[in-house]
Amino acid sequence: MATIKQLSLFLENKPGHLKAICGVLQEAEINIVTLSIADTEQFGILRMIIPDWEQARRVLEDKGFVVHANDVVAVEVDDKPGGMAQILNLLDQDQLNVEYAYAFTFRRRNSAVLIFRFNDTDEAVRTLTAAGRPLLAQADLLQALERE
Amino acid sequence: MNAEPVTENRLFNPEAETLAPDALRALQAERLRAVVARVAQVPFYREIFAREKIDPADIRTSDDVRRLPFTTKADLRENYPLGFLAVPRDRVVRYHGSSGTTGKPTFVAYTRNDVQVWSELCARFLVAGGLQPHHTCQIAFGYGLFTGGFGLHYGIERVGAAIIPAAGGQTQRQLMLMQDLKPEVLICTPSYALHLAEAIREAGLNDGRLALRYAHFGGEPWTEDMRAAIEKDLPILCFNNYGLSEVIGPGVSGECAWRNGMHIQEDHFIVECLDPATLEPVADGEPGELVFTALTKEAFPLLRYRTRDMARLYREPCPCGRTTVRMSRVTGRSDDMLVIRGVNVYPSQIEEALLRVDGVAPHYLIEVSRPGALDRVSVSVEMRPETFSDRMIGMQQLRQRIAHEIHAITGLHAEVNLVGPKTLERFAGKAVRVKDHRALS
Repeated sequence: MATIKQLSLFLENKPGHLKAICGVLQEAEINIVTLSIADTEQFGILRMIIPDWEQARRVLEDKGFVVHANDVVAVEVDDKPGGMAQILNLLDQDQLNVEYAYAFTFRRRNSAVLIFRFNDTDEAVRTLTAAGRPLLAQADLLQALERE
Repeated sequence: MNAEPVTENRLFNPEAETLAPDALRALQAERLRAVVARVAQVPFYREIFAREKIDPADIRTSDDVRRLPFTTKADLRENYPLGFLAVPRDRVVRYHGSSGTTGKPTFVAYTRNDVQVWSELCARFLVAGGLQPHHTCQIAFGYGLFTGGFGLHYGIERVGAAIIPAAGGQTQRQLMLMQDLKPEVLICTPSYALHLAEAIREAGLNDGRLALRYAHFGGEPWTEDMRAAIEKDLPILCFNNYGLSEVIGPGVSGECAWRNGMHIQEDHFIVECLDPATLEPVADGEPGELVFTALTKEAFPLLRYRTRDMARLYREPCPCGRTTVRMSRVTGRSDDMLVIRGVNVYPSQIEEALLRVDGVAPHYLIEVSRPGALDRVSVSVEMRPETFSDRMIGMQQLRQRIAHEIHAITGLHAEVNLVGPKTLERFAGKAVRVKDHRALS
């Protein structure tokens, strides 16, 4: 299925917790493509796109962090006004609810990649594919990143 | 009230155990005056008597116990090891100790007469729970500083029954003794009894070939559910007894054949059931902290020892004929008890709530603060990795489920904090589950 892996980490609401996570990744020479943080007054959830997510998961779990891996949908759009709006229109027509979203850009391709988390990932993939939207698989992501 | 006895009604010392109320109060008053005179020589009490202008001559009736000072575990620690000794050391024939949270035990001491009294008190509850001279008893309690093994041993000797001093542990050897020596009576902690019952079932010995008929459990709190579980597995009757080394050891109270609470041996102890916050008596049948004054002890008599054990007292007459007050099982500890917005909360209730929610670890920390006029409670709970979700809604639902269960059990609206696995402090011994940040005097 044309999805990519996302790693989520439980963020305790205390100083230095995010820094500690980044430190572990730095030490293992693992690069983060993009990230987002959801926060509440009590705790946060750090979500990251990392090409070698399996290795990242291993080193983080070894350090005692709570790590969760799941599939998210990555849609590549032109990096220009209206790129994201078109996708949201499509989803709206099929009444697909977005739980959260974030993005990053491929500079050389002048494109943006929108990361979506859906309640029903399969349904969203079908809808976007049927509409002819290119969805990135993990291999596509790695390939594109190499050319950056 | 159970209407029927589960075994024959027997009394070891009918005269002492069925004293008429007036005679009992008179005996208590006489013994209280004597013990107050004895402890007036103990520096700890002498100083308090002088400071608070307590004149031993003012102690006349058993109700006057309320004029006397309390004694706490902390007092025992501060006067470690033998500051409360009320006789010369050459009169001591035995030392026992109880484990403490600080590593060192606190010691208690017995004269020859203390050991004799202790033996009789244990004999009383054993006979109340079915023991007869022709029985054989297997003691699977530890023998050592712990008072359980020796106390029950002396009680059985006093009754004249036979003893297999198996001591604790070595389950297969316990089963061998049960098969080969055919004891009718088992003495151990209730949790070890559950373990033994399981081992007996696994070994296929629950087919009537063992002679076990009675069991006496003490040393730790247990529940009616545990009694039902053990009696379902084994054809035995389980009896509850209560005691603590600071008061005398086992023998403070025990169940009779009706099993309607444990009869407190009031000719040797004055019991009070107090609200741990106000230290005022609670009504009969209401939960309070048990406070004991040992009336007859010579070596180590403590006045108004605060047990921190929460229980209820019942005074309705018991069909067995004993005239003494009865106590319920110990339902909690007053030192861990929190009064939050007027509600009594025990950490064990929070633990129970967490057990109802899948995916959280049983490690938690309760914090109470009072930012304004109202108390605020927060409960920090460790997540398990399998519960963690990238979706905020999943995490919020987990918090809500925990808060819902806490509310269902305690009636309190607590703020639930999710924390990472292994982030709460671990404790090798007694865990610290409560931090009270309120400035309560």
